[in-house]
Amino acid sequence: MKKRLFAIVACVVLVAVIGICFAACNHKNDYNELEMPAYEDLEVPDYSDLQIPKDFKFGAICLHGEESTYDKNFIDAIKKAITDLGLSVKDNLILKTNIAETTACYTAARDLADQGCKVIFADSFGHEPFMVQAANEFPNVQFCHATGTNAHNEKYKDSTGNVDETTTIPSNFHNAFASIYEGRYLAGVVAGMKLKDMIDNNQIKDNQKDANGNVKVGYVGAFTYAEVISGYTSWFLGVRSVVPNTVMEVSFTGSWYDVTREKTSAEYLINKGCALISQHADSMGAPSACEEAGVPNVSYNGSTIEACPETFLVSSRIDWTPYIKYIIAQTVKKEAIDDDWLGTIATGSVVLTNLNADTVAEGTLKKIVELRKQLAEGTLHVFDTETFTVGNEKVTSHMFEGKEVVKDGYFHESEEISAPYFDLRIDGITLANEIYEATDNWSPNKK
Amino acid sequence: MSNMKNSARTLKEAKEPLFHLVKRQQISTGKAWAIRIGTIIFSILFISVLTSIVFRESPFEVIKYMFEGAFGTNLRVNVFFRDMSILLIIALAVTPAFKMKFWNIGAEGQVLISAYLTIVCMYYLGGKVSNGALIVISLLAALVGGMAWAVIPAIFKALWNTNETLFTLMMNYIALQIVLFSIKVWMPAGSGQLAPLPYGNLPHIGGGDYVTSIIVAIIITLFLFVYMRFSKHGYEVAVVGESQNTARYIGINVPKIIVRTLALSGAICGVAGFLIAAGIDHTVSIDTVGGRGFTAVLVSWLGQFNPLAMTVMSFVVILLTIGTTNVMVNSGVANDFFAEVSTGVAFLIIIICEFFIRYNIKFRKRVENDHPAVPDNQQQAELQEGGTAHIEDENEIGSEEVE
Repeated sequence: MKKRLFAIVACVVLVAVIGICFAACNHKNDYNELEMPAYEDLEVPDYSDLQIPKDFKFGAICLHGEESTYDKNFIDAIKKAITDLGLSVKDNLILKTNIAETTACYTAARDLADQGCKVIFADSFGHEPFMVQAANEFPNVQFCHATGTNAHNEKYKDSTGNVDETTTIPSNFHNAFASIYEGRYLAGVVAGMKLKDMIDNNQIKDNQKDANGNVKVGYVGAFTYAEVISGYTSWFLGVRSVVPNTVMEVSFTGSWYDVTREKTSAEYLINKGCALISQHADSMGAPSACEEAGVPNVSYNGSTIEACPETFLVSSRIDWTPYIKYIIAQTVKKEAIDDDWLGTIATGSVVLTNLNADTVAEGTLKKIVELRKQLAEGTLHVFDTETFTVGNEKVTSHMFEGKEVVKDGYFHESEEISAPYFDLRIDGITLANEIYEATDNWSPNKK
Repeated sequence: MSNMKNSARTLKEAKEPLFHLVKRQQISTGKAWAIRIGTIIFSILFISVLTSIVFRESPFEVIKYMFEGAFGTNLRVNVFFRDMSILLIIALAVTPAFKMKFWNIGAEGQVLISAYLTIVCMYYLGGKVSNGALIVISLLAALVGGMAWAVIPAIFKALWNTNETLFTLMMNYIALQIVLFSIKVWMPAGSGQLAPLPYGNLPHIGGGDYVTSIIVAIIITLFLFVYMRFSKHGYEVAVVGESQNTARYIGINVPKIIVRTLALSGAICGVAGFLIAAGIDHTVSIDTVGGRGFTAVLVSWLGQFNPLAMTVMSFVVILLTIGTTNVMVNSGVANDFFAEVSTGVAFLIIIICEFFIRYNIKFRKRVENDHPAVPDNQQQAELQEGGTAHIEDENEIGSEEVE
């Protein structure tokens, strides 16, 4: 009897403790946001008189489920676009999640086409060859693939540059990306203004400057690809447009999602004296390391203000809603979809989250709204060749797939194809390590 | 009540637990199968009710989605039977070894290495030899690979009595690493995915990639059924499984049987790997087999190592996997955790049913004491009620604490 009583008491105590823990975890931290206004001159097409059949079906293939910030960004956009166009998520959307970058993607695409989807969208880079395979099999269905690079090719070209002569890229296969480097540049300006504020208030310690008195910032990247290089360079140029004597160190994790590595990389950079950190990877690793160390952080793909109210500044992200609406509208109207669609600030695809009112410097919001307009109107260019050098020399020429991309005084990023291809190693940025493929043997600073 | 009686009762309770398990001596095959099929139907109903509670759909709707996902269109029916065939072939492959009580959990690696070798042939010989020749070469390579991956642990087991479970498990990892390494050699940068290869693909019978697998599955099922039941080899396997000493006594060369049976296992895995690589995927990755080598063990066990029964079991397993995923898609849930959970729950119910087919639960017989024992029981019941009331009290205190 005593034993039983003890067991009951133990159970009740356990339940109570768990309950208290949950209550404690749900406790929201206080934070204040500065609302980021939408871009004033959005070029939003009018879809109001679009006649979409009731049985229209949109097929979507996602690498993971909502638990991944990367895929959640897509899933939210797809659902929003569907609802905005007056369709129902339940009846007009077939969403397949956790589809690996293998034949599973082809199987899923084929099933979606078989279910009557007129347009099928896939969200991950590695889905591309399998989407091409399905597109060849279903010429009457549109296959749209985010972040890919093959739609403008005639034959399939893999990521190492080998051309597969037997696989044709059909006309119903399309790629899309956004000029996210512009968003990162703006986020860099937010960081730069914060840095200037810290310098003015003498908050920069001696170990946060290099031998020449330059202030150090840090960046956590996934892989040493053009996509990431383009991202950290544009962010760095944003910072440097405000604080010219800045240098940056980049540490790569070799994974798109690895909490431990991202955190280790961020801690490594903080210990080396980086006064501010940003990242291009999908987990909370770097933001949480910054929050613990009290180092300001610029996030990616969504706001981390709830978890990091004391260090979060701003985050840039791609809003895929305009693209999803566009491909639905073109499919319904039976009009051609761009082979390489590029979302911009003006289309509403490149956006910044709300700013953290408690951390950003005064006047930040006004400044980035102003710069955003200049970027959108083309009076300001992120990769202006006056603002950076490679090997201490100004860049005058760079070829991408046999075409000159340095013209009119700036590097034309994402214009030849939608995916980023800026891969110059500019002065002022040092790489702690370089990682081109997934690896087990990793350290934040091992070359 | 007297002290003596009370202590006598305590003694009795201590000696006899509430229930105990007795292994069933005899249960007719028909009855056992009736219980199994009943359990399968019950498990499908159970998870549909579970899903309907979580996602607020009607249970009938859930069952409808489940069957729609498996059989909704012609394509889905074809894909269903194709996947079922592949799973069945792998399950058939592991069966002779299991019958011999050789715990081979290396089907995953055996299939993967065969699929890999098929792709190696396609990658290096594609376009250089005729398609027909390439198919023959890659089939041979797949058979050799599958057999090697099964025979190596078998030789170690036969000669030095090493633990085959660990050995075959480790062989899975070796196969995985070889695939990973080769993909890095082939695709040094980028997403690390080998695009589908256009050479040496099996011809599409009837316009799809399904029919070949189905035909092969039927042939192997019938072959294995006859092999296990009517051939001398099958008899030897059964004897070695029952008792190695008996086998030795009647003059069976046990090491030879072990190696020969595993060679057969590996060869069938080789066929599965070849069908996956040349017939369906045309590429290889570490997810090519995707756990089917382990699911096949479940199918083989639940099918009681009987090839015909395993057909039913692979049908059920594929129905559950495809069906629950389709339920999630239709419920608009943006991840498939719940699909995996409900499939797991269904398997658990089916496995628990096996337990009850093999064991009988005998409850403690009611105490048929003389008269005074009755009030005693009543008193105890009251005491228990008091106990429950007490729990409620504690709960209230607990909930106050939480707030």
